[in-house]
Amino acid sequence: MPLLQLEQLSKWFEIKRTIFSKPLYLRAVDGVNLSLEEGEAISIVGESGCGKTTLGKTILRLYEPTGGKIIFEGRDITFERAEALLWYKRRAQIVQQDPFGSLPPFFTVYRILEEPLLIHQIGNAKLRREMIYKALETVRLTPVEEFAPKYPHMLSGGQRQRVAIARAMILRPKLIVADEPVSMLDASVRIEILKLMRDLQKRFSMSFIYITHDLATTRYFSERISIMYAGQIIEIGPSNNIINEPLHPYTQALLKAIPDPDANNRKIFREVPPGEPPNLISPPPGCRFHPRCPYTMDICRIESPPEIYLQKDHMVRCWLYAKK
Amino acid sequence: MSASGELSIKSIVREVLTYRSGQVGAAILLFLIGLSIYAVIAIPYDRAIALWRGEESCWIEVPRNAMPYWYKYIMRKNLPETIVVDGLRGDPGVIKAVTEIPGTNIKRILLEISFTYDYDDFPSEVNLFFYANYSESLPLIKIYWIKPDGSNIPLISYTIRRPYTILYLTINDDVQKSLLEFVRSNVGEPKEYIEPQLIMFAVNDETMLSAKTAKILKSTGSQIRKYTLRIEGMLFGKDSDLNAKLVVYGKVYGFAGTDHLRRDVSIALLWGTPIALAFGLTSSLAISIVQLIIAVISGWYGGKVDFIIQRLTEIYMIIPFLPFLIMISSLYRLTIWVLVAVLLVLSIFGAGVKSTRALVMQVKEEPYIEAALAYGASSRRIIFLYIIPKILPPMIPGLIGSVPGFVFLEASLAFLGLGDPFLPTWGKVINDAFSNGAFYKGYLWWIGLPSIMLILTAISFALIGFALDKIVNPRLREW
Ligand SMILES: Nc1ncnc2c1ncn2[C@@H]1O[C@H](COP(=O)(O)OP(=O)(O)O)[C@@H](O)[C@H]1O
Ligand SMILES: [Mg+2]
Repeated sequence: MPLLQLEQLSKWFEIKRTIFSKPLYLRAVDGVNLSLEEGEAISIVGESGCGKTTLGKTILRLYEPTGGKIIFEGRDITFERAEALLWYKRRAQIVQQDPFGSLPPFFTVYRILEEPLLIHQIGNAKLRREMIYKALETVRLTPVEEFAPKYPHMLSGGQRQRVAIARAMILRPKLIVADEPVSMLDASVRIEILKLMRDLQKRFSMSFIYITHDLATTRYFSERISIMYAGQIIEIGPSNNIINEPLHPYTQALLKAIPDPDANNRKIFREVPPGEPPNLISPPPGCRFHPRCPYTMDICRIESPPEIYLQKDHMVRCWLYAKK
Repeated sequence: MSASGELSIKSIVREVLTYRSGQVGAAILLFLIGLSIYAVIAIPYDRAIALWRGEESCWIEVPRNAMPYWYKYIMRKNLPETIVVDGLRGDPGVIKAVTEIPGTNIKRILLEISFTYDYDDFPSEVNLFFYANYSESLPLIKIYWIKPDGSNIPLISYTIRRPYTILYLTINDDVQKSLLEFVRSNVGEPKEYIEPQLIMFAVNDETMLSAKTAKILKSTGSQIRKYTLRIEGMLFGKDSDLNAKLVVYGKVYGFAGTDHLRRDVSIALLWGTPIALAFGLTSSLAISIVQLIIAVISGWYGGKVDFIIQRLTEIYMIIPFLPFLIMISSLYRLTIWVLVAVLLVLSIFGAGVKSTRALVMQVKEEPYIEAALAYGASSRRIIFLYIIPKILPPMIPGLIGSVPGFVFLEASLAFLGLGDPFLPTWGKVINDAFSNGAFYKGYLWWIGLPSIMLILTAISFALIGFALDKIVNPRLREW
């Protein structure tokens, strides 16, 4: 049984321009299927505005889903009331993008790490102290006695992100959603933080959803990569498959081969393929990528492509691969 | 703001003191707090209330509408202080002789009360207090006023009708007649109305005929000459006795003078301080807290709750606040704490709710709130532990800045005669002063001193508010 299973998960935002006009819906997440095994890390890659953050927050039930299903450890939590979700909030955690905003500025590091423990009524003061110090050690904020009493503004961006990671891990969750956890950090510390997260993920065999728009790093930090476009997942597969044999024209546009003596660097990664991302309020009919696609066929403009499995674990949604 | 670190109350206080305005404001506030502590310790609450009600005729030996003592230095005149010579207490200057008339149970009594008078102005009033002991008939007496120049003025023949009597010499009609008779027969016809105490204390020549020219007959000279009040009388009965106390009321009293009821105004000035501070701070604090909670509920829960609270606030904002308050206070005589409660009710949905809600909406979007939701924090926890600590510091300048408004509000209500019926407050002193024509009569201290206290309080909080504003809203620093 997978740890997490998403079935046709949707999150539409209601957009009201005036009180009287009919509401419009912005389809930030629109029919996502995904399944995640225990201890597995998956990357979600896509250009900015494609719905990655919304997907992550919906999974964590920070947003109320519009439709579909979220099944966690076999339990359907899609529309569970917030009060009945405390057990889930202990098992699923978030690491946010902005390390400057993600820590309450009026708490010390110690208090920040103690909060989740207090809320879930874990241990006594002494035990919590041990857990907090241990967590600080695991994220390598040492000496711990020195960091514990500090306020977030006394820390660098990288150190703050370590605190945020420690906070996410302190409850020993089964699942962590990391939403662009290094995109706001100095380039010099990015790899370090990513490596730390990967280490911890493996050490504690957690499942990891790593949201990023940076395809370059994903291969090293996740077993699988899923490519998101306009609220939908258009390709999922093992990291090496996606990097070496991208199937979807959008994925191919994200990756563009260049000659390089080092085999590992033979790809160049683009954040934004040419063309405009579609409007999510009235997405294009048929395949949402067709206005930007160099291979557009008639069917692409009419019908949305189904999930096509070329191998057992490599899915693509593109008419090019449909059996005639 | 994240760069400058977080604002704890301690660091705010420290930073306020780096600004000149903060220093001055804090110094004034410290002074006012000191005054409050002194007031509460020196004059316990019950005693203050009793004194202000004038219980036990505690002010009977104090002049009416006296100037503050330090007016002596402003006017460069030795203004008269009150002189009390009490025979019962055995004060020096009292001579008492009682002789029994043999064969009867009648006693002759002679009482002489003398004192020196060296001041540069006339006294404001002269009263005589009798303590009599009698069983058969009432004591009969004659009173004479003997000036240092030797002139002896018979003032009145008088029957003492109660064991404790006050003879208001300077108001008594008979005394007044006798004094005028003395002037007419010795100097001439007065040009205008002249007060009895003027005749009693003036030099006996034509200058005495007008209040403008009258000169004081002082006790100084080659040898000290005294004023004497002489009482001759008859007592009936073996155990009969008579004692007297003379009070020559001055024109200065205490630090702040006295009011029309002889009450020491400094009591109201002193006690007005803790009342004003407590009232201003409590009102401001209570209203801010209630508005804060409502704003947080509105901003955090959103939806229908938010809609209802916002519309209520808009309705509240157009209700005319002051007329409403005046109406309520004139229907019910509100004590000061009931007034706080009424204020609270009248401002639950005040304008503060809107501005605080805007802050809440901002903080609500902070990623750390989302993180807290992710690890399962309840709404209550988030409101009290995550939102309020963040929006409290920016609210503090407003909270402090609105204190003077409430202090003035209380004073205005008191000024309109709608204040607390028992407490001595600054507003009530000003009200008394106005209704007794203090401006017209030139009793400027009576209005001036409580006004200065009010203004000091206002300035103190305003200055601290400025400094706080600069700290909490750093953009203001550039100005
Ligand atoms: N709370 C919201 N209300 C309305 N629209 C939103 C909200 N959050 C995100 N969106 C919209 O949903 C789309 C997807 O946003 P997001 O999930 O943040 O994308 P990504 O993380 O991939 O950059 C964007 O068009 C964004 O404008
Ligand atoms: Mg995002």
